[in-house]
This record gives sequence, structure tokens and C-alpha cells, in this order.
Amino acid sequence: MVGDAISHAVLPGIVIAFLLTGSRDSLPMIIGAGLLGVITTLLIEFFHRYARVQADAAIGITFTWLFAIGIILISVFAGQIDLDQDCVLYGEIAYVPLDLWITESGLSFGPRTLWTLGFVTLLVIGFIVTGYKELFLTAFDPAYAAAIGISTTVWYYLLMTAVSLTTVASFESVGAILVVAFLVGPPATAYLLTDNFKTMLLFSVGIGIVAVVIGYYLAYWLDGSIAGAVATITGLQFALAFVFSPTHGLYFKRRRTQVA
Amino acid sequence: MILQVDDPVVEVHDLTVSYDRKPVLWGVDLTLPAGSLVGVIGPNGAGKSTLIKAMMDLLPASSGYVRIFNEPLKQVRKRISYVPQRESVDWDFPASVFDVVLMGRYGNLGLFKRPRKADKDAAMQALEKVGMQGFADRQISQLSGGQQQRVFLARALAQNADIYFMDEPFAGVDIATETAIIELLRTMREQGKTVVVVHHDLQSASEYFDWVVLLNMRLVASGPTQQVMTQELLEHTYGGKLTVLSKVGDLLRKQEFPARETRRQNNVIL
Repeated sequence: MVGDAISHAVLPGIVIAFLLTGSRDSLPMIIGAGLLGVITTLLIEFFHRYARVQADAAIGITFTWLFAIGIILISVFAGQIDLDQDCVLYGEIAYVPLDLWITESGLSFGPRTLWTLGFVTLLVIGFIVTGYKELFLTAFDPAYAAAIGISTTVWYYLLMTAVSLTTVASFESVGAILVVAFLVGPPATAYLLTDNFKTMLLFSVGIGIVAVVIGYYLAYWLDGSIAGAVATITGLQFALAFVFSPTHGLYFKRRRTQVA
Repeated sequence: MILQVDDPVVEVHDLTVSYDRKPVLWGVDLTLPAGSLVGVIGPNGAGKSTLIKAMMDLLPASSGYVRIFNEPLKQVRKRISYVPQRESVDWDFPASVFDVVLMGRYGNLGLFKRPRKADKDAAMQALEKVGMQGFADRQISQLSGGQQQRVFLARALAQNADIYFMDEPFAGVDIATETAIIELLRTMREQGKTVVVVHHDLQSASEYFDWVVLLNMRLVASGPTQQVMTQELLEHTYGGKLTVLSKVGDLLRKQEFPARETRRQNNVIL
């Protein structure tokens, strides 16, 4: 899972951007994380292709190493900056309403992350809509795509850039663990529920939204961590789909399913 | 015996391909005639797939070059189609048969454009040609091996290219599919298309193809089927493998090649 790797590996990029600018502005952080995201994919490719390491080993070594550097950077400078390990790992979704975007004239536009995440959402939707057929083809059959002149490398790096961008924009509010839970959980659940690629994309989004709403009230009721509760719900959703899915579920059909 | 043709559709010049600095194809130099059904034949690990991939520039060549329609590859991409090995993709991918066949139109569509009605019609026609029109909405994970192969073939047909490279299209398919595919290939040849097929079965090879390339890391032979499928050249290709050799012997006895008499011609390079 390269997406999983990127979501962890962007951490040093965020921290370095923060240390250089000394502020929690989104723009430098997004640039820092975006750069690290691309470096991560390049490193994975490099280890896999030139050091002849297995793909999963290359992913594993790259992201744990980069994530560890990020953690060390945070712990070393923890006293001086308001970015701590808990915040990075679990996020501070409860604080989102407190972090408002207020102009110099004192006009409030509401929570700042709402705007950055909204912008990134539009960007990602635009990317998927314009590049849909290329993404679909390169994901299914890269050799054929290359043979008919569609560059698999270009689309792979564009996709990974989109993943880095999404990750870093979500990072602040939900933390690394929930980013990974959302990158993998809802799509895996949707995969079990439909055989159509477009439906799968829409289902993923819907499943994610349901997990957030239920997770939030669960956390409220338990008086626990919101991120933890939401991640738990994504796991539960997957378990339910795994057993009860009409097409792939164990309950209805004893059929071997593979989740990539 | 390596026969070079005038005015070839494919010209491979001094091609060497290596994996990890170890060459798997050595100095291949061949030309293929237009409008022919070409079989690429050789033992496992002979570099058959590597050769067609390198012909399409999917693998980097250590030396040499390939020209198709007397042009560099980049300029003729849209006239080239490819049928990869069936096992090379994940058939559990969430897509329908029609989705996959429609991919054949993507190359001509270009960026940002969605498939139009004409593209969908072309995809449907291609499905009809392989006898799979009833399966358009079927999920690809529910197909048999032969049906998967037909879907891949339909995708290449939808592209309406001029030259087709196919990697083991007859591997692991039922006899009905094999017959359907070879009929289709013959029709394509009659329309003036060139089809290059990686093939592993010697028995059917002499029946299917009109031009054969024998390969075992180096090019052993390239020429009209009857002149190439001789005991001497096959032994040279499969050298030392006794089980295969005895099969070759049986095959030769069964089919009684008139090959030896016609072997020497003017422009033959031995």
C-alpha cells in the first residue's frame, strides 16, 4: 500500500516545513508534505528496481524510516513548537472549530481546515473526473496502457501526488492513524459491496461519511477519542461487509475474496 | 535461416535486451512481411515475450532499434495494438466486460475526452466478433479463461490497429476459443493486418502461421513456415531437450514436411 506509506512518510516534510516557517500555515506544510510524498514514491521505486528488494519490503523500509525521522524531529523540538506526537498520530479533530480563519479586518470565515480540505477535495475530484479513463486503465492493465501510448509513470506519480496532498490536508485535523484508516477502510468495504468501479468510488465516500457521523456520536457517548472511534467504525463496517455483502460476503456466498 | 524481406512492417535491427545486466535477447536482426500471421516460437525462457515487448518499446533495449511501418515507434503508437498475457492482470478488478473492451478506444480518444457513442458501438462490435456480446455487463471475475482471452482480443479489435502483438493468446483456453481466435486472426490477415503471436505449441504452429520466428535467446530462424519448421532448425532451437526433441520427431513424421527441398533460396542467410 503505497498510499499507506505516503500518509506516514510525509511527516518529516510537515515538521521541516513547520520548523522553517515557524507557523502552522497550510501552504508551506502542503508543499513540504507534497515533496516528501513524491520522494517516498521515488525511494520505493528505487529500492524495488535497483536494489532488487521486494515491493512490500521497499515500502516498509521507506515509510517507517521517514516516519521515524519525523517523530524524532518532533520530539527534539517538542518544547519549542506546538506540534506534538499525540497531535500528529491522533489529530485534534475536536479543536477544529476553535481554529478559525479570521481576516485582518476581523471577518470570520469559520474553521480554517474546512477551507483547506474543501479546496483539496475540489482539486482531487477535478483530477479524478478529468483523468478517469487513464487512471482506470493504468490501474487495471499498465502494460496495455503503455503499449497504446498512455504513460503509466506520469499517471502513477500524479496519483501519488494527489494522495500526498489529501494526506497532508487531512493530517492536521484527523492525524496519521485516521488518514490511513480512511485511505484503506472505506474503499476496501466498497470493494466488497460492488463490482462497478464508479459505484465503488461513490460508495467509498458514502461509507466514509457514515463512519464519521456514527464515530463522532460514539466518541461523544463514550467520552473518548473521536479519531479512535471513527477508525473503529470503519473496521466494523468492513467486518459487516465481509460477512453480509450480497455479492462477496461469507454469509451469502462462500466465495474467496481478495482485498488489495 | 534468416530471411529478410523488402518493405517490411516490422524491422528489428541488432536488438539486445537485458534484465539486470544479464542479456536475455542477443543481437536479434529480423524483418517481418506485411499482412502475415507471424508465430514467435521457442522454449521457455527463450525471450519470446521479451521480444514482442521490446518491439513495442515496453522494455528498454540495451542496443539496437525497432521500426514499425518504417517509422520510429512513437509516431505509430496508435496503429499498434497489444494483447498481454491473460495472467498479467488482476481479474478481480471491479470492471465489466464492456469496460475492458472500451479501453481499446482510449488511445485514440486522447486526454480529457470521454468515450462517445461511436466508441461504444465499436466496442460492442468487437465483442460480437469474438462471440461475447451477451457478456457485456458481466463482471470480469466471473469469466472462464477462454472468455477472458476473448475479452482481451475484443479490446485489441476495438482499437482497429494495423499491427497486433499477442502474448500466448492460445495458452490455457478451450478448443472452441482456440478455433474462434484463429479464425479471427485469419480474417484480420485478409484485411491486410499483421499479427505477431507468441506461441508455444509446435504442433499447431505449422498450421496456424505463414511466417515463423524461431527464438532461443538468439534468433535461430525467421522465414516462411515451411522453410523454417524443419527438424534441423527446431533441434537447433530446442537443443538438447530430449523430451521436446522426441515430440518434434513425432511431429515431423506426422506432418511430413516438404521443407527440406525448398530450403535454399537466393536471399537466405544461414
